This record gives sequence, C-alpha cells and structure tokens, in this order.
Amino acid sequence: MNRIERTNDFVIRFATVNGSGSASANNLFARSLFRMGLAVSAKNIFPSNIQGLPTWYEVRVNDQGYLARRGGVDMVVAVNGQTLRQDYASLEPGGYFFFDSSKQLPEDFTRGDITAIGIPLTLLVNEAFQGNRQAPLLKNIVYVGAVAALLDMDLSMLEEGIGRQYAKKPALAESNLKALQLGYSYAREHHAGVCLLRVRGGRRSDEAIMMDGNTAAALGALYAGATVVGWYPITPSTSVIEAFARYASRFREDSSGRMRVAVVQAEDELAAIGMVIGASWNGARSFTATSGPGISLMNEILGLAYFAEIPAVLINVQRVGPSTGMPTRTQQSDVISCAYASHGDTRHVLLFPATPAECFELTATAFDLAEELQTPVIVLSDLDLGMNEHVSLPLVWEEGRSYQRGRVLSAQDLAALEEQGEKWGRYLDRDGDGIPWRTLPGTDPDRGVYFTRGTSHNEYSGYTEDSGEYVKNMQRLILKWETAKLKVPQALVQEGASVNGPGVICYGTSCPAVEEGVALLEQNCGIKPTILRLRAFPFGPEVESFLQQHQPIVVVEQNRDAQMRQLLINECGIAPAALLPFTLYDGMPIASRDVFAGLRQLFGDCGLLELNSLPRQGESV
Amino acid sequence: MSFTRPTFRHPGIQPNEGGYSRRDYEGLISTLCAGCGHDSITSAIIQACFELSLPPHRIAKLSGIGCSSKTPAYYLGKSHGFNAVHGRMPAIATGANMANHELIYLGVSGDGDTASIGMGQFVHAVRRNLNMVYIVMNNGCYGLTKGQYSATADKGSRSRKGAANLLESIDLCEMAIQLGAGFVGRSFSGDKEQLVPLLKAALSHRGLSFLDVISPCVTFNNNPESTKSYHWVREHREENSEVDFVPFRQTINASYKDGATEAITLHDESVIYLHKPQAGPSITDRRQAIDTLEDHKAKGRLLTGVLYINPDSQDTHDILNTCQEPLNSLGAAELCPGAAVLAQINEAFR
Repeated sequence: MNRIERTNDFVIRFATVNGSGSASANNLFARSLFRMGLAVSAKNIFPSNIQGLPTWYEVRVNDQGYLARRGGVDMVVAVNGQTLRQDYASLEPGGYFFFDSSKQLPEDFTRGDITAIGIPLTLLVNEAFQGNRQAPLLKNIVYVGAVAALLDMDLSMLEEGIGRQYAKKPALAESNLKALQLGYSYAREHHAGVCLLRVRGGRRSDEAIMMDGNTAAALGALYAGATVVGWYPITPSTSVIEAFARYASRFREDSSGRMRVAVVQAEDELAAIGMVIGASWNGARSFTATSGPGISLMNEILGLAYFAEIPAVLINVQRVGPSTGMPTRTQQSDVISCAYASHGDTRHVLLFPATPAECFELTATAFDLAEELQTPVIVLSDLDLGMNEHVSLPLVWEEGRSYQRGRVLSAQDLAALEEQGEKWGRYLDRDGDGIPWRTLPGTDPDRGVYFTRGTSHNEYSGYTEDSGEYVKNMQRLILKWETAKLKVPQALVQEGASVNGPGVICYGTSCPAVEEGVALLEQNCGIKPTILRLRAFPFGPEVESFLQQHQPIVVVEQNRDAQMRQLLINECGIAPAALLPFTLYDGMPIASRDVFAGLRQLFGDCGLLELNSLPRQGESV
Repeated sequence: MSFTRPTFRHPGIQPNEGGYSRRDYEGLISTLCAGCGHDSITSAIIQACFELSLPPHRIAKLSGIGCSSKTPAYYLGKSHGFNAVHGRMPAIATGANMANHELIYLGVSGDGDTASIGMGQFVHAVRRNLNMVYIVMNNGCYGLTKGQYSATADKGSRSRKGAANLLESIDLCEMAIQLGAGFVGRSFSGDKEQLVPLLKAALSHRGLSFLDVISPCVTFNNNPESTKSYHWVREHREENSEVDFVPFRQTINASYKDGATEAITLHDESVIYLHKPQAGPSITDRRQAIDTLEDHKAKGRLLTGVLYINPDSQDTHDILNTCQEPLNSLGAAELCPGAAVLAQINEAFR
C-alpha cells in the first residue's frame, strides 16, 4: 500500500473534544516542533462552546519555511468518537489514521488507501494512572508521546516543554512525563517503521518567536502607551485585553503599588468605544478590542469621532458574521463595514497586520496615526491571526522611539499664538494638510477652550448650521484623508517575473497562503505574478501605480463579497473587470493549495497559462 | 444659531474667592423655549460653580442629545464641552474621567437620554460610581421631537396632546440609590434655593452624584394634568430637609429653625447639613432612603432634597487602583517598558 513518505513536510490534525485538556497537549506538540527549528503552523479550529463539542488542531510542518495552512491532512489523530467518520474521510490517500484502539473501529472503516494505527489510549491511561484524577488529561499527553514515536521525533524537546509548563508543580510534571513515555514506548513497540512521516531537527532560529497575534497587539498597545481601555468581551478579541491587562499588571505598577492604566469592562460596545473617545478627547492614549458585531454597535460613535476628529484605536479581530457558532471561525469580512463605518460620509483608516510582529508594530503605529490624524484607526486582525500561535519575526521596539502625539497645543503654545495675533480654531486648517490643532480640557484658564460636537461646527468650533461652513469642513476632511494616504504604512511589493505582468493583491492572513500559492504557480505553471501586500487603507500612491502597472490582477481574500476588491474599485477608480476576485470564506484559515488552485484557474481563464499546466478533469491539487 | 451674551456687567459686582466673576461661568444665550425649566437649572449651575469658586477651565461639561443636552452651551463658556451622541454621555464621561481624574466632570442629560436610550450607560456609570455630577433635566417627554412621552412620565399623566401615559414610570433616583451611587438628590427647576446648595454638595462629593431635577417642558408637558408641570410639582412637592452645603474650612453662619439637623462630612471635609422639621430617616441608609421614596410615592407626593449619601463610597479610580498622576500626563518614560524588556518577552515565546 502507498504510504506518504515525507520528512519535515506534512499536516497532522488532532481531532478532540473541547474542554478535555487537549489544547495544551497539542500546543506542547506544536511548540516542540518550533523549538526543534522547524517551520510550523498550528491552527485551532474550535466551537462556540466550553466543553463537549468537537475541536480540531491542525499542525503543519514545512521544510521550505512556508507558514500558511496547506490544506489536506496526512495524519489524523482521531480521539473524538463524534467525528471519527468525518476524520477518517478527511485523510489524504496514503495518510495515517491514528485512533484509540481501546474500542474497535466500525466495520465499514475499510479505506484501502490509508494506514490505520491503533493505540489503546484509554486502556493504557486507565492502567497506568488508576485512581489519578488527572487521567483524562494525561490521555492527551499519551497520544502526543505516541505521535512523537511514529514521527521518529526526539522526545527531549517535549520533555523540556513539560518541564517548563509544570515548573512549579513537580508532581504534575512527573505524571505528564510518564504519560509521554507511555505513548512513546507503546508506539515504538507496536508500530515501528509503520509511519513514513518524519521530523528531523533543524537549525533553530535565534530570532523567530511563536506567538498569537492578540498577545502581540496587546503588547503593541502597552508599548505605545495606552492608558485607558474600554472593552466588552467578544471572541476572538477578548484575549487582546486579557493579555494587555496581564502585561500591564507587570509593567504598569508604580512604586506605590498603583496602576498606570485603567482597564474598564464596559456594559456593551457602545460604551466601550464611548470610553475610548472620552479618554482620547482628554489626551490619554486609549483603545478597545472587538470583533464584527462590536464594530456594528460602535458605528454611531465612530461617526462622531470622525466628525469631531477625536483619535481612537480599535483592534478588530474579525470572525464569521452574527450570532454564535460559526463566529468562532475566521474571516476577513469586516473590510467594508470598517472602512465606511457609521452614518454620514465617513472613511476610516485601517491597518492590516499579517503576522504577530506586525500586530505589534501596526497597533503601536495605530496610536501614532490616530493622534496625528485625529481620527479613529482600526487594526484589522482576524481570528486566525489573533488566536492561533504563529511563527514570526520577533517584536521590535527601537530604543528611544517616541510617541507621535499629533497637534496638541499647550498653554505656552496658546499664549504664543495670541502674541502673534493669531486666532486659534479647533477645526481651522492652519497647515494646509487638513489636520487642525486641538487642545485638551484643563489646559489654560483663558485660552483654547472649545465645545466638541459632531458636524455642526465652524472652523472655530462654534455652533453653525450654515451650509457653506459644513461643506468647507467636509472638504477639509477629504484633504486630511489625502494627507493620511502618505502617512499610513505602505503596501509591500514582492516582484514577479515581469514589471507589467499579472499581479496578486492580498492582505492580513491571506498573505502567507498567497506567497506559497504564487510559488506553487511558478513551479507548476511557469508564471510568477507580482504580489502586492496591502497594509493600510487609505491606499497610497504605490497601490495606485500597482493597479496601473499590472494586468490581470487577482485579489485574494477571506470573504464572500470580495470586499477589498470593492474598496479598491471604489477608491482607486479602477474598472471592475481589471480586478479578479478570488475568495475563500468557509471559516477555515486560508490554505495555500486552494490559493494555488484558484490562481491557476483564474490566470488560466485569462489565457496566461500553457494548456498543459492546467488541471485535467477530476485532478485535485 | 447661537448668541453670545453681552459682556457688560455692573462694575460693583464682587468676584468670588477664586477671583472669577459670575460672567466667567456663563455661556451663550439659551435658544430653548421661553420659560423652559432647563434654563433655570443652567442658572443654578452657574450660581453653584460661582459660589464654590471652581476654576472654570478645570471643569469638563458633557451631555448627550436632546433639549437638556443643549444646555452646556449656555453655561461654563470657559470650560471644555462635549456634546456627544444620544444616550452616550456616561461612557464619554467615563473615558474622560479615566484619562484625567483631576478635572470636575459635569454631565447633563435628559429623561429620554438617560431613562431610555442611555439606560444601560446610566446604570453602569452609577455602578462604577464614576466621580462626576450627573444631572437629569427631567420633563417626562421628548421636547426636540415634539412631545412624545419618555420613560419617566408617570402612569396616568397627560401631556398637552391629551392621551394618558399608560406605562409605568422609571424612578431614576431610586435606581441610582439601588445601584450604588454615592450621592442622590432630587430637586425642581423652579426652586433655586434648594437646587443651588444641592448642586454644590453634588459637585463636592467624590463618586457619582446623581441629581434628578424635575424641569417642566413649557411647550409640550406643562398642562395641569401632567405630573411634570410647574403647577403639579408645586402642589405635590415635599422637601425632606433644608440643605446647607458648607465647603471645607468654612463655618456655618446661618441660623436654623427648630428641628433635627443631620451633618454629613464629605471626602474633602466639606459638610452637608440637612435641617429637617423633625428627626426622620437617616440619609446615609440605603434601605431607608428607598423606603422613604416609596412611601411618598404611595401618598402621591414628590419627595425632593438630598435623598441618599454614602460619604465613604469608592469611585472608579479607587476601585481600579489607578495612580495619583492623571493618566493623560504620563509619557513614554512611565509607560513604555523599553527594548530590553521586549527582548525578554520575545525570549519567553521561543
């Protein structure tokens, strides 16, 4: 029988029950691979539930450094009876079906193209840990040990991991180590040489880290000096605030034991964003983290902040649409709702991190931009980036980096202005770039006081319903938007074979899959499109010139309606036919194989590919 | 449109202890209907701030949307102001207060703005005992949209349009007491003698000071069948005590009629004296305060005055254990852990 034979290049999927303790065992496995110097990506696919429903953890190892989800499963560790059949069917031909053989497999599990590997996990655990309340949890470690043996993996990294995890609980460390060894020895004894998937330790990078994007974003906010947080719990953003609060308790306590931070759990997202703009109006750096439904609720105040020109930082960890269930799956489906959030004519600055390092960097940048531009800035992460651990470049904070606090007048500034005979106006465009100067409450007894309101103000923040004043103000806001185009992080280009050949546009978590998909395209079809990785909205001149230069262009994204494509068409005045949509929106992290297949199809339809490089009928990639 | 006030004042007018004239606490000329109760509250706010000698620029005035929420334009022209969106003043005030606890936060809202659209925010600002003065200018109706009943309209009350309100009313004071506000009072826009000392006490209390001020809407809800009319309130009002607010380090120089006096010392050592006709329920007992309100309601009376005080309540900053310096005054030196710490953090993820 055909068995997949690969070293450092495969996908293992752990099918477990949530709440059973499998998450930490799976994480131990993935992190150990990382510590062995391998490119590993781990995706947690979980339900809206605390205990009892199916959950999967997909680990990919790759010898070329690709970090996207690949697609397809080479080995499944099937320890959830509820999904046994589905997991069995999901295997690639030549794959390995690891199951708990304490119970026999159903008779109709008769695939001839895969290898079944039975390990009596329950029996082993019950025997070895009789009366131990930890036994159900230890079962997870037993399968990790067995998988390690099947992959011919050195146990030392796993043992080290257990040691770290239970550094303060030696009894638990001991039982976990025993469980690990139990699975390892059993698999060695009974299934030696069966599995042809292998891991071999590589050279460990001194640089790389393995971190979830939410922790990175939280650290970005901490480093950027956020002091006021208004938030409301919502998956998948909650861990941004939890991580922020955790780090704040370590790094924001003053010598008297008091906190240099106020984290306020709001009653809802309406209040959370209200607190953020109240604090920002008053000169503190403030942020919230939320997800799509929260953005919907924040719409009203986002409009107020846009028109009253108040800084605000939002981290939107996107997920699938409303309600519960699919919302614990990933998507990039809030692009339009964030870009134009609220009533009236509004546009908001968006940032699109693709890695934890960028979650850190772009969150910190968001605070600078929000204050420089005096407007809300939304960091658009997603569940995949935010909640899964990614191998990433380290977080970087240049020593001496200062905060860009924007145009805020002090009492001295106000006095100096008066001396020059200049009249300050809150909404006066003094510098010709659309960005006015603001003052903070309490600054000066006699100068710089103003009344903040939405649209009905003149340049001096006086109340007006004058049409001319309103239009003038709206035009200045457009000028400010033009200024923003030059201040936001630029899109990054990865040159292709031709300066005016085909192009692919991507952003956020679609980027690693696109990079790999394009590499596969080059290997298999001989064309190498130029990739443009968007990092911000508004689109800068570099995006406009990319759109002019390349043809055809495919926009890859994780939503049904090709929202970024719509935004590009709308904002850059480009003909819709010039941008081909490729969307994947099933809630699973985007897979490089699917991107490759999609690009091949689309570029093939454009006549760019040789006929023989197109897929034959019925062929899968 | 808005109109500025003439700046001329009689040269003999004395400034307050802070050297500010009454003019320094005024705002633009009101554009509300002539006779609107809100204008009297505006005037009481100006008077209270003047008498307390508060530096105007150290006050932040905030509001939501509605007739009441327009008033911040008419007082404290030397204070930063924030006219927010409907029902969201408490959240904005919370954020602002978190950023700088050294300013005085004066929030104004209406019965629609608070008891309906902003109910959630009101409730939770009170629960957090945010250090602010929260005034509801309560007229039982939506003025700007022409007279619909609000959630504080009493059951059976009739507005100018004639149809009775069929829904139960919300008693914001009772809610505020139940939810843990540190200071709760009710007054009437037509009684400046009561309102000014109440405002002064509220401004000096640390924690959430909630003031429900019945303020008749002369255009839509001031007919005799309305329980929010001047007429009805004057007929049915009962003062629980005469309020005297004595700021820190000042002595009482007023003389009082016979009766019982309850003195409550506030956080800053200011004292509120409540002079009652006879010894009544204690103002610092939450259960008694609610009972007293309910008793009066049962008798068809509107109880006004200081209804409840908890002089030892902890405000949001106390609860969150925030630092002495205002958070908005901190810079990178205090806030950013630096590159070396980040290197350690990175290491923990390897």
